[in-house]
Amino acid sequence: MDQGQFITAPNAADTRSVAAAIRRSQARERLRSFALAMPLLTLLLLSFGIPIAILLSRAVYDPTIANALPLTGAAMQSWSGNGIPEDKTLEALAADLKASQQNGNLSEFAKGLNARLPGARSHILKTARALDKEGVADTVSVIKSMPFWTSPGTWATIVRGRHALTSFYLLSAVDLRWNADGSIERVPPEQAIFLRVFARTFLMAATVTLATLVLGFPLAYLISSVPKTLGAILIVAVLLPFWTSILVRTAAWTVLLQKFGLVNDVLLWLGVTGTRLDLMYSRLGLVIAMTHIQLPFTLLPIYSVMRTIQPSQMRAAYSLGGRPLTSFLRVYLPQVVPGIMAGCLLTFILCLGYYITPALIGGAGDQLISNFIANYVNVELNWEMAAALSFILLVFTMGLYAVFARMLGLDRLKPV
Amino acid sequence: MLLSPYPTIGERIRVTLLWLWGALVIAFLMVPILIPVPLSFNSGTFFVFPLEGLSTRWYEVVLGTDRWQTAIGNSLVIAFGTTALATVLGTLTAIALSSDRFPARRIIMPLVISPLIVPVVITAVGSYLFYARVGLASTYLGIILAHTALASPFVVVTVGASLTGFDRNLMRAASIAGAKPVVAFYRVMLPLILPGVLSGAAFAFVTSFDEVVVAQFLASANQRTMPLEMFIGLRERLSPAITAAATLMMVLSILLLVVANLLARRGARKVKSVA
Repeated sequence: MDQGQFITAPNAADTRSVAAAIRRSQARERLRSFALAMPLLTLLLLSFGIPIAILLSRAVYDPTIANALPLTGAAMQSWSGNGIPEDKTLEALAADLKASQQNGNLSEFAKGLNARLPGARSHILKTARALDKEGVADTVSVIKSMPFWTSPGTWATIVRGRHALTSFYLLSAVDLRWNADGSIERVPPEQAIFLRVFARTFLMAATVTLATLVLGFPLAYLISSVPKTLGAILIVAVLLPFWTSILVRTAAWTVLLQKFGLVNDVLLWLGVTGTRLDLMYSRLGLVIAMTHIQLPFTLLPIYSVMRTIQPSQMRAAYSLGGRPLTSFLRVYLPQVVPGIMAGCLLTFILCLGYYITPALIGGAGDQLISNFIANYVNVELNWEMAAALSFILLVFTMGLYAVFARMLGLDRLKPV
Repeated sequence: MLLSPYPTIGERIRVTLLWLWGALVIAFLMVPILIPVPLSFNSGTFFVFPLEGLSTRWYEVVLGTDRWQTAIGNSLVIAFGTTALATVLGTLTAIALSSDRFPARRIIMPLVISPLIVPVVITAVGSYLFYARVGLASTYLGIILAHTALASPFVVVTVGASLTGFDRNLMRAASIAGAKPVVAFYRVMLPLILPGVLSGAAFAFVTSFDEVVVAQFLASANQRTMPLEMFIGLRERLSPAITAAATLMMVLSILLLVVANLLARRGARKVKSVA
């Protein structure tokens, strides 16, 4: 081979092929790094992404009515929306109900309709029983004889349920509903529960966030300004509770908050109260326990910022004639603000999802939105309502998470 | 550093108040987690001070009865399964994310961390709904998979932190010296990031061992874990056995997390000393 070949200036074709080789190698590396992340991403999809997607889909997809009343649905296409549908629709309804009863889907349909139209369950079962009697020839007059079927609200609900896609549950989750003439209205006050629960959840989160900040900020300042060894000992007092599980800390508080528990002992001894308070199953007890659990989450991000601030800055501020308060407000505080934001936002987000502690320490009037979701799944077996509440809770949580990630960066979420 | 060399009276008062407040908050933080410890050694059946006498009878209940033994066994199986899965997958992902070439890093990272942010009831109810369809409800595998989603962010973050100081040229050097990528990983990268990996594993173990909400929705009666048994006990009637179980769980998680943090700190030093 001729040596001269190597020392000739690279021509355009060579440069292109080198660039292509580099691009190829980079593409390979990209592919390899993606392949390394694939197993976890797949697992997260299977055990986190898909489950949540399926849950949320239940909030807007409910085929119960459409499946149970196929003939009625078809017959109602020509319904004007006013009064009672014509007789052929009622015949179709009778046929649908009979078919449901024969293949054993009637109770599921009755329950499904009941979720949208409270009280419908017993009417459906009663109608099916009446139609099932021997020798009923005139199904239409049987149906017409029941006030349930002559009420326009019933038919409006069925017509909306004809499509499996529904906005009913999402509207219910914020105490709204479709009224008979097709516009959205507030549900009557005696049925409105969810806005109050959301408000309570937010109020609780705000109270706990504020309490952790008031308790935690001075302690973070103290720990960051004492000598290093003492600071290391003091921070352990924050980390030990942080490392103890929420359940264990909740259990500890159920012991402490008993009528004859330590908190009442201390309050009596201090003379704050004359009688023993019922702290278990109360709002106050719940706030105390949640504040205790969240305090490290608020404090640690603040502390990690304070640790980086040089004490000489404050001395410089003093020597320039700044009064203590002025120096604190104008030199120290502005630097700590990102830490305060991170700690408070984190605590607020986590408080929105509290479940264990309200379930064990809160009373009936202190249950938060997560407890309602669990209750709809475990007790009422109303998946659609659980899904709708989850949907709204998730929108708030993820919205705040996005704010956190954008404004403060995910690095501040590091477990300490 | 709190007091200036020539403190004024106002400054002395402020610092005294600060110490007083700090002491109160530390008491508020520490007393609740310490209280179950003496109560768990109480010989009586009530949670009231003063203690009636010292005994280990409640530990005998927790460590000696079938119900609790099964629960501890279940917790260990699930926690070890979760730890193995989360550590392997989390470490691979952290390595992938530490590469500059990783596509869509800014989207993937928040997604990987999101299981820590999404309210756990939503995760639990969703898993319950999905696993019932695919036959994973009431199985150990189902709980392990759900716990892995909750635990892997910790592994990704701790291993990721130990990789920030890792010099990628070491891997290039290994490759030039003829090592295949897998060999280079085992002989060069893994020894250096091992503290971070072990620290992540400890976080994963504790996450699973302490978890109760997912277990509540996914576990059948014979898969009850220790925290779930505690939760049920707290709902039904308060028995001092719960303080014993709480103490055991607390000691385990604190020990593991102390080790995890020491390892993470050592790992950071180790990687730096090579770089």
